[in-house]
Amino acid sequence: MTDILNALVLLSNFVLVPGLAYGSQLALGALGVTLVYAVLRFSNFAHGDLMAFGAMCTILVTWGLQSLGVSFGPLPTALLALPLGIIGAVLLSLVFDRFVYRFYRQQKAAPVVFVIASVGVMFMINGLVRLIIGPDDQRFTDGERFIIRAREFREWTGLSEGLAIRTTQGITVLVAIVVVIALFWFLNRSRMGKAMRAYSDNEDLALLSGINPDRVVLYAWIIAAALATIAGTLYGLDKSFKPFTYFQLLLPIFASAIVGGIGNPVGAIAGGFVIAFSEVTVTYAYKKFLTYLVPESWAPEGLVQLLSTDYKFAVSFVILVLVLLIRPTGIFRGRVI
Amino acid sequence: MRQTLLFAAMGLALILVGLFQSWNVALSILNLSLISAVMALGVNIQWGYAGLFNVGMMGFAALGGVAAVLVSVSPVPEAWAAGGSGVLLSAVLLAATVGAIWFARRNLARGWRGLATGLLVIAGYAAIRTVYDPAVDAIEAVDPARSGYLGGLGLPIVLGWAVGGVLAGAAAWVIGKVTLGLRADYLAIATLGISEIVLAVLKNEDWLARGVKNVSGLPRPVPREIALQEADWFIDFAARFGATAQEASGVFVKSCYAALFALVLAVIFWLSNRALNAPWGRMMRAIRDNRDAAEAMGKDVTRRHLQVFVLGSAVVGIAGAMLVTYDGQFTPGSYNPLRFTFLVWVMVIVGGSGNNAGAVLGGFLIWFLWIEAEPAGAILMRSLTFWMEDGSPLRSHLLGAAPHLRLFLMGLILLLVLRFAPRGLIPERQGSQRS
Repeated sequence: MTDILNALVLLSNFVLVPGLAYGSQLALGALGVTLVYAVLRFSNFAHGDLMAFGAMCTILVTWGLQSLGVSFGPLPTALLALPLGIIGAVLLSLVFDRFVYRFYRQQKAAPVVFVIASVGVMFMINGLVRLIIGPDDQRFTDGERFIIRAREFREWTGLSEGLAIRTTQGITVLVAIVVVIALFWFLNRSRMGKAMRAYSDNEDLALLSGINPDRVVLYAWIIAAALATIAGTLYGLDKSFKPFTYFQLLLPIFASAIVGGIGNPVGAIAGGFVIAFSEVTVTYAYKKFLTYLVPESWAPEGLVQLLSTDYKFAVSFVILVLVLLIRPTGIFRGRVI
Repeated sequence: MRQTLLFAAMGLALILVGLFQSWNVALSILNLSLISAVMALGVNIQWGYAGLFNVGMMGFAALGGVAAVLVSVSPVPEAWAAGGSGVLLSAVLLAATVGAIWFARRNLARGWRGLATGLLVIAGYAAIRTVYDPAVDAIEAVDPARSGYLGGLGLPIVLGWAVGGVLAGAAAWVIGKVTLGLRADYLAIATLGISEIVLAVLKNEDWLARGVKNVSGLPRPVPREIALQEADWFIDFAARFGATAQEASGVFVKSCYAALFALVLAVIFWLSNRALNAPWGRMMRAIRDNRDAAEAMGKDVTRRHLQVFVLGSAVVGIAGAMLVTYDGQFTPGSYNPLRFTFLVWVMVIVGGSGNNAGAVLGGFLIWFLWIEAEPAGAILMRSLTFWMEDGSPLRSHLLGAAPHLRLFLMGLILLLVLRFAPRGLIPERQGSQRS
């Protein structure tokens, strides 16, 4: 019995908790991508770098607050800085929309032109972030590090395996839940949210019923930039901030949005967790887990790891390709590009 | 006319670099420009001719590079003895698994297909791992500091360029079969992901090309500088130009490379221009501009897309092999999509998609700017911050960050060209303008 409990705790510690946190970060990122896709109808390659930019603004404000001696008690100061970071990312998005995307919208350019333009924006934001904060790792986490420590857990339960939950992991999941509830309330209940959904469903009909397209686009960018900043900051708190990592995050985020069904917010969340848990479960070494469960003589010799951790990004793409082939609309019927 | 002027300006810029910086710098920019131009031609074949949005260049370039390694380095007999048969057997097992799945899916009733596929995948995976793991461990244990891989064929590296093209083309065939049904955005995301997978494999499968431990000291198609500096004829040759053998050897070697690369570029350029102006090229443009109409005229669009995808990727593979030859080493860790995929895209868009001369010009221009933006960025930053105190942290931060200006600059150039000259510097010729 204790062995089964130990095995479960082990799995929670190394698979469930990190998977939940990573999944929440991916889900928030994928929501932004999906929203831009639903309203502006293109895959935004600059989203990863927008996340980096938002997180960077938050970090700069955090450092400012820390040097002023402001802190948020046991919580990271970055949460206090988040609103200002969001404003920074929103402003940047609106500037790029005004000077880049709006022109192509008026031209009714093909989606692929938007994508190429977003590649240009990606380069610019990437350069900007490296210019301002540099290409290196930045740590900005402060406050209490753990909600539950492994040693305390062991003493408390008497098990030999410990369960550690970091504050950042707890905050990530909590913030993600709050943000998602607020977003769904906005999309389903508010007037603007309904207008956005209508515009996404059928542009012509929406225009006919007097919906102002400029306002819809404005709100879409504001929400997407806010989501990107929150996702980027949470990821940076949980792991660490490095501009290039955010560019690489683009891949699993796209995978999440498409696997769930692009253009569909519920799908983006589901996709985020599908991708996160597949990455974590496929690259986890099950040796110790199995050792608890099977009789001693059966204990595996190797690591029992399906794929080495370096193939993490490959996993999300294999899933992506499979979904594209078998069910191109994603788990929850999104659109087909 | 415009074309000649632009190319002349480009040549002048390189000569100025030679005069003011050094001929070594100018020639290395020229060499990498030639390679970039070949890569840009590859992208242009896919995007300019057929409108395929492939952002997996990095993967194909890396495959070309690994081909150059596998053709040129000498084999490691100990490694082959230790695990060669195991790796070969696992390749056979992999093929058998894929074949069995294909056979099962073809011949079983609908309801059983999923189950059979699942079981075969598990059985095949288990069988491959039991053969593959010990073989790989054995190979990687052979003198890990210097080899630890199977080695190559020990043939001339120039042969590797062709093999690189074939390997990249073959990979493109498989990838194209899977992804080409997808429309623009999805194709882009799928190819971006696949190129990451290719890189992940190359980084981690040490038995193949040493992974992140890198293969260096590749054989070269041109003489080595050291050998030249000791050769009597070369010392005389250098003296005739009033230079020491040391200075001249670098320039001489780089010129040899430049000649080789220029030859490859010329051949590929000539071939792709002929294809573009032939009925085949007309058909491709028709498919690009109006897919439905082309399909209605009886053109097999999917097949043509696959063909052009393979051709373009093969050209990128050749360029990748040339790049590894020029570097003299294969470093999977240095491949990065910004530099190997998106920068090539900027070249094609800026130069003029659909026009081979434009793609070549774009390759030269963007590579030139990419390299020269670094010193220029530093100068710019220094002059922008001249009013700050010398030791101020902000100033030193800005000066340190100056090299990253080039990413910003590339994005800006791409956006400006896309907006104000969407057809590029040398636009595609249309209709009766075509020769």
